[in-house]
Amino acid sequence: MTIWRAIAAAALFATAPALLAGEIPPDARRSGYSFMGPETRTMQDDDTSNPGMLFVLDGEQLWGKQSGSAEKACADCHGDARNSMKGVAARYPAFDKAVGRPVTLDQRINLCRANHQQAAPLPYESRDLLALSAFVAHQSRGVAITAGDDPQVKSFVDQGRDLFMQRKGQLNLACTNCHDDNFDRRLAGAPITQGQPTGYPLYRLEWQTLGSLERRLRSCMSGVRAQAYDYGSPELVALELYLMSRARGLAMETPAVRP
Amino acid sequence: MVSLAFASPTKADELVAYNIVGDGIPQSLTGSPGDVARGRALVLARTTTCILCHSGPFPETRFQGDLAPDLTGAGNRWTTSQLRLRLVDASRFNAQTIMPSYYRSDGLVRVGRNFAGKPILSAAEIEDIVAFLATLRD
Repeated sequence: MTIWRAIAAAALFATAPALLAGEIPPDARRSGYSFMGPETRTMQDDDTSNPGMLFVLDGEQLWGKQSGSAEKACADCHGDARNSMKGVAARYPAFDKAVGRPVTLDQRINLCRANHQQAAPLPYESRDLLALSAFVAHQSRGVAITAGDDPQVKSFVDQGRDLFMQRKGQLNLACTNCHDDNFDRRLAGAPITQGQPTGYPLYRLEWQTLGSLERRLRSCMSGVRAQAYDYGSPELVALELYLMSRARGLAMETPAVRP
Repeated sequence: MVSLAFASPTKADELVAYNIVGDGIPQSLTGSPGDVARGRALVLARTTTCILCHSGPFPETRFQGDLAPDLTGAGNRWTTSQLRLRLVDASRFNAQTIMPSYYRSDGLVRVGRNFAGKPILSAAEIEDIVAFLATLRD
């Protein structure tokens, strides 16, 4: 009896990713959705009122449109995104063998453009990149996040965790100080969330547009008066990867709406 | 004095030197008392960051935080000397505190270009806020 218990306990230990002090256990993880008021929730839930859906529709157009000197569309290789892209965004950032490091969905789209379409990269936060990214990620709506499970990205998840825990900027605050230790409290009257990146790219009412997780991270860094990392920098990719692994098991919501 | 300034032209030298006595800084950083009305305006200004985390007896604003203690009665709980050191360097009392050290410009990581080498608040602003907080009595 006790032997079986010991084996069961050991198996549990071996399969569950180890939590470090201050980290949020799986059953306590909550999407930013649960911190919002009823109006904003309704806006997200109803596709006809969710402004992010306009970007998804734009992305669907771009998916089928030829681009670059190879005169190929995404659909020419990937077919119907409803099948081929289902669950993909829930695994990003993902390891890329050619570059030897994890790449974000935005970077994957631009790698595809360079390698297969012979097309110029789309600038970060440009309407077309956000639209394609939103369209691809939308195919994973409802799929549980598993990014970071690949052993090849482990050291990058660890790098992201270190950055998350590191105090920065003139205000000398780390991400963890608010998003692990003080979620559900209020900063200047607004609820602090757990910072779970379940719905990116998402429509932020404050921005009046769709934006990437990198934009959100840069804006938090400016908030603590730190020098923000550049778009696509290894640090931002590592942070994005850690945040996704930290949200393991939560369902994708793209395109989410947030205040 | 001039030669000394040239000998160590580090950014931290731009801060006024202060003496910690016990758990406080008894002497004003500027040599004179702060202005209570200016201090109240500073505590309520989002740019000083106080009101982002603290709440207090400020009926005119609903944008108050609850990450840190209510400032009501701060003047009863602390002397001006203690208030001054808490603003200057709260980490001295608790290394894990989320309250920034408002009068410090070194030992920080990746400070934004516009803020590098500067404390969050000037010596005069600290004195104004200390003077105001001392008036917050139950």
